Amino acid sequence: MIDRMDSVDPGDQGRVDAGHLVFESVSARVGNRVLLTDVDFEVRPGEVVGLIGRNGVGKTTLLRIATAGLSAAAGEVWLGGDRVVDLTRRALARRVALVPQDVHVPFPFRVGELVIMGRAPHQPLIGLESEVDVERTHAALDRLGIAHLVDREITTLSGGERQLVLFARALVQEPSVLLLDEPTAFLDLKHRLEVLREVRCFAASGRGALIVSHDLSLAARSCDRVVLLGEGSIVAVGSPAEVLTPENLRIAFEIEAACFPGPDGSLVVVPNLLGSAPRVE
Amino acid sequence: MIRLTATRMVLVLGTLSVALVAISVFALATGPSSVGPQEVLDLVFRGADASVDSATRDILLGIRLPRIVLGLLVGAALASAGAVFQALLRNPLADPYVLGVSGGAALAGVSVLALGSVLTVSTQMVPIAAFAGGLLATGLLYWVSGGRGRSSPTGLLLTGVVFNSIASAGIVFLASVSGFFEGSRIFLWLIGHLSAVEIDAVGIVAASVFVGLATACALSRSLNFLALGDETASHLGVPVESHRRALLLATSLMVGAAVAVSGLIGFVGLIVPHTLRLVIGSYHRLLSPATALTGAGFLVLSDTVARTVLDGRELPVGAVTALVGGPLFIYLLRRAQARGPMT
Repeated sequence: MIDRMDSVDPGDQGRVDAGHLVFESVSARVGNRVLLTDVDFEVRPGEVVGLIGRNGVGKTTLLRIATAGLSAAAGEVWLGGDRVVDLTRRALARRVALVPQDVHVPFPFRVGELVIMGRAPHQPLIGLESEVDVERTHAALDRLGIAHLVDREITTLSGGERQLVLFARALVQEPSVLLLDEPTAFLDLKHRLEVLREVRCFAASGRGALIVSHDLSLAARSCDRVVLLGEGSIVAVGSPAEVLTPENLRIAFEIEAACFPGPDGSLVVVPNLLGSAPRVE
Repeated sequence: MIRLTATRMVLVLGTLSVALVAISVFALATGPSSVGPQEVLDLVFRGADASVDSATRDILLGIRLPRIVLGLLVGAALASAGAVFQALLRNPLADPYVLGVSGGAALAGVSVLALGSVLTVSTQMVPIAAFAGGLLATGLLYWVSGGRGRSSPTGLLLTGVVFNSIASAGIVFLASVSGFFEGSRIFLWLIGHLSAVEIDAVGIVAASVFVGLATACALSRSLNFLALGDETASHLGVPVESHRRALLLATSLMVGAAVAVSGLIGFVGLIVPHTLRLVIGSYHRLLSPATALTGAGFLVLSDTVARTVLDGRELPVGAVTALVGGPLFIYLLRRAQARGPMT
């Protein structure tokens, strides 16, 4: 076990394709139910990709397959040229980090303690947290503007603050690929933009990010490409303008929606509550 | 500033160690025959050269010291086991006694004691049997709860209550059938005590407790991750299954050892970690060693109270811990219910 841990080289930061995540003909099954078949898409280094679709369509399941928390019924997920199932947990944890929707914390851990836990894959199994660990933790808290929360108990935070803490924990993991499961669900507008700016900044250094989001306009604004999941398979993959069309949204969400460029040029999606497409002048 | 630094660890653990020594000296000096602290310190520091008469020496070294050593071992074991179970089951109400793990260990231990004379098994087997019983109870608990702390807090607690009832019934039954125990000794086993140290297995007990404590401290960082759930721990690169298995084995070992010599002392695993969390936080890197030190001191102090509070008569120490721990348990349960439905 220990030998294997060392034999898989975790120091992939220098590799050009470290931030390259590929889903190759992935099928996902939950129990006996086939959720998704033949999912093919990739997150290239430097890219932010949005993963959108209805509730229960398998978005979180795909993230779990990418972190080897769940095995694919068929197909492979490749991370920087390695199959994720071939990597040890520790090696995988150095290369991919997940920001979960929320996590139940049964004990009043402090924010600083919870964030420094993200350093786990870089620490020896036995020994104290190093100066570097502490330094990285403070840096991540500063970046996300939550340095003042460092000594607060996690149980006393709001949902939005907790999401920022989980994001900070993923950042100190220093992964090549960041997976975010609705990272902005509980955030106000200012913090939504801040988180998405940080994700863009993360990707700008040649790493990849995959964001699950229900906010289509925000996804259109912050993602280079978008993967739209429908019932059982992918509906469309491409730039936000290509994917977020009234026809595709009708297939994926069974809604009528208008999609048009907003004042800053990025796509705005407005669903029509009455069931027919609103007219846009 | 992140408060987890080497300085803070040294400070907290150093303070607790000093307190532990002070409690031990106080416990040595306290009892029916009055011995002054000077005499105790004299004996501690000068050993055989001490100017202490032989009767006092016998009381201190022959009667009080073994009991204090046993109290230190049992207290450290039970408190640490509580903290480990709380993290592994992600349940702040977990404790080896409440969960019925101690009950399983006690039943197995008493079985060997009661049937030992028939089957000619040495009493040295008692800690080993108790370990097996504790392990079996832990396994059953995991099986009943669906494993990995997924079951509801109330489900786990009810399981523990039932385990304890079965274990108590079994102990009473065995004792009645074999005629081996007179009534008062069964009573002592069921409530938990440190008074009848006649077992010739203190070496095994000490070794077991040290293995358990070393594992809990060495894997203390993993306890943090496991407390967040298997999936999160796995995402952070922790070998979840092997670490959990090691922790459960080591914990069952030390609970078995503690129960084999002291019976069912309850709530130590609840009182100590919870009080410490309020003061030093929940980060197990510091909490694990601090829990062991505090548990040791707490039980020795409780036992000192137990053997002196009624002039001339002794209370079992389990009665003292239950009187402190029972109300705390009810408070924690009420607080947990106020936070969310305990379905």
